[in-house]
Amino acid sequence: MNLSFFPLAVSVAQTLLGLAMLLGMLRLLRGPRAQDRVLALDTLYVNAMLLVLTVGIRSGDSLYFEVALIIGMLGFVSTAALARFLLRGEVIE
Amino acid sequence: MSWAAGTLILLGALLAFSGSLGLARLKTFYERVHPPTMGTTLGTGLILLGSMLHFSALEARPVLHEILIGVFMTLSTPVTYLLLVRAALHRDRAKGRDPLHGAPEGDQGER
Amino acid sequence: MKRWLPYPTLSLALLAMWLLLNESAAPAQLLLGTMLALAGGRLLAQLQPPLGRARRRAWAAAVLGWLVLADIVRSNLAVARIAFHPGSRGRVAGFLAMALDVRHPGALAVLACIITATPGTSWARYDAARNVVTIHVLDLIDEQAWIRQFKERYEQRLKEIFE
Repeated sequence: MNLSFFPLAVSVAQTLLGLAMLLGMLRLLRGPRAQDRVLALDTLYVNAMLLVLTVGIRSGDSLYFEVALIIGMLGFVSTAALARFLLRGEVIE
Repeated sequence: MSWAAGTLILLGALLAFSGSLGLARLKTFYERVHPPTMGTTLGTGLILLGSMLHFSALEARPVLHEILIGVFMTLSTPVTYLLLVRAALHRDRAKGRDPLHGAPEGDQGER
Repeated sequence: MKRWLPYPTLSLALLAMWLLLNESAAPAQLLLGTMLALAGGRLLAQLQPPLGRARRRAWAAAVLGWLVLADIVRSNLAVARIAFHPGSRGRVAGFLAMALDVRHPGALAVLACIITATPGTSWARYDAARNVVTIHVLDLIDEQAWIRQFKERYEQRLKEIFE
């Protein structure tokens, strides 16, 4: 078994996820409309969650798993709230 | 084992990356909704599988709590995108540019 | 018995999952898991899923799950190709309308989730009066092929499961 493949693969994966976050940021800044920005924010959240997961894999610490779970949940709740805001103009009626 | 886990994680990250690439490159909002779904479905799934393999090998026992994130993403992904598309349609209509107007029949009436 | 454990298999599975995820069978975890299992069973009872023909339904659900997984993998690759070459091959994106046969709200909800979770297709609008759904497709070359796929692969099984 070639043991050096795994760290390399994780590093490349982290680079890809970082680039993905940059692309999401680009869409977030460029818009043009609010729904594009919300979609970009959701993509950013998902990519950040995956990045935290790979950080956890790299360090071998399963604490990062909980961090990823929380990021994912916050992402879902905030995107749902923002989408609702776009739909109604208010979050809680 | 580490080969399999590494490949899975790499493929998952590649899918998430192409999802964001599509998000940045496609021309209209309704087209841009599709690519990020790659990162949330297969991308997340592959990375979680890789993580499960890796931690199971590392701790020499089955580590399965990644399933939690998988279950959660499966439930939340469709809801997020359904809400967003609904909001976008609503906003387009409010601006007088209904993308469904003149589109195939069956576009009248909102539930 | 019926009141506290309307779905014993589900409750048992929930308890097993809880213990598995916590990786312990300590009394406190057993207590928490049992509470979760009881609450889950009651929650499902409130949703009132259809009963009977359980085995055939389970088989149809398993087949559906497998088909959805295969389609998600396939469309991931297709959408990845589009993301890297967005302008090529005269690709058209657009909305398509499809008349549905199923009316059961559960079946519709599952169908909406399947179509939205698959990259390349997303559920845009549902007209309850005419039972027609509008779907946005990223690569709308052959509209009939998409409709055939939705109807034969998903709707047929959902009908077996829910109706």
